[in-house]
Amino acid sequence: MAHVEGQQHPISVYLWIWGLLFVLSTFSYLVDYFHFQGYLRWSLILVFMLMKAGLIVAVFMHMRWERLALMYAILVPPLCLLVLISLMAVEGDYTFMTRASAFGQGSGVPVEHPYRPHGAG
Amino acid sequence: MTQAIQTDTVEPVPLPEGLQGIVADWSSDQRAFKKVPWGKVMMWIFLVSDTFIFGAFLISYMNVRMSTTDPWPNPSEVFALTLFGEKIPLILIAIMTFILISSSGTMAMAVKFGYEKNKNMTFILLLVTALFGATFVGMQAFEWTKLIVEEGVRPWGNPMGAAQFGSSFFMITGFHGFHVSVGVIFLVITAIKVLRGNLDRQRPGFMTGRKGNYEIVEIMGLYWHFVDLVWVFIFAFFYLW
Repeated sequence: MAHVEGQQHPISVYLWIWGLLFVLSTFSYLVDYFHFQGYLRWSLILVFMLMKAGLIVAVFMHMRWERLALMYAILVPPLCLLVLISLMAVEGDYTFMTRASAFGQGSGVPVEHPYRPHGAG
Repeated sequence: MTQAIQTDTVEPVPLPEGLQGIVADWSSDQRAFKKVPWGKVMMWIFLVSDTFIFGAFLISYMNVRMSTTDPWPNPSEVFALTLFGEKIPLILIAIMTFILISSSGTMAMAVKFGYEKNKNMTFILLLVTALFGATFVGMQAFEWTKLIVEEGVRPWGNPMGAAQFGSSFFMITGFHGFHVSVGVIFLVITAIKVLRGNLDRQRPGFMTGRKGNYEIVEIMGLYWHFVDLVWVFIFAFFYLW
């Protein structure tokens, strides 16, 4: 096993991944450049993002050559963030509706935000 | 023969793979992470904690962006640059992304040459990585200056729309830029250690009695790739969304 002497892999592996990351970054930039909108935009952004993240973690950080015990110990805990994402999404939605009904049109409160910077613009 | 407790990374018996391997590793009554230097495990655990910090920032950004009733400024236009008389959307951020990816590539190769004990190549590649990192921070400083001076973006408001845009932007990119800056400093320190031959002579490092070796290049690399990894998420969620 190569692990005794540390992680040793041919240089072509790194150059390949480097090239792939360049291509994927170009793709995600083009998503913005060509003004894709809606679900197409969001899914493309997410797909390219996850592919880039996967390549960096798996190859550059050598995770695919580590033992499963380390892989799971490192990669599973961050999935807890998905719970926080869903909680905060529900909360953000609720705050938006509260604000719209309290400060929106017809509520009698001026819409203008009170804390505009005076020097800005 | 006395019975020896297995503490180093050399395994006499092949370890089981797959799910059985996980159970065997964790229940071995020894170190749980086999075939990996403990310094690397510690860096990984630090990176997990850092993941939660950046995760909290990005999730709070999601929350304020969802909950604001003001329109969110269009990042594509805010971060556009006029080059050769043409307005190109997001071009500075794209260049910064390519620079950071390139620095990850040179870092990965520095790790490879480090394990081959190729002192000069490791030194040069670490230095190139540090230069890419410094360029990234420089471009970020330019971006901040432009945003503050020309566009009038403040943490408490901006002329383009939702006030939360500024606070999220400065918080997230500021913390990431700080990570890059710290990384550049440690890259230079690691490069100097490599050049002086500290790792070949196994000279103990700063504040430790542990013998120096080329593992520290890989540990440095883990941190640097993580900084690149965080940028992938910031690029997607803040600049492209």
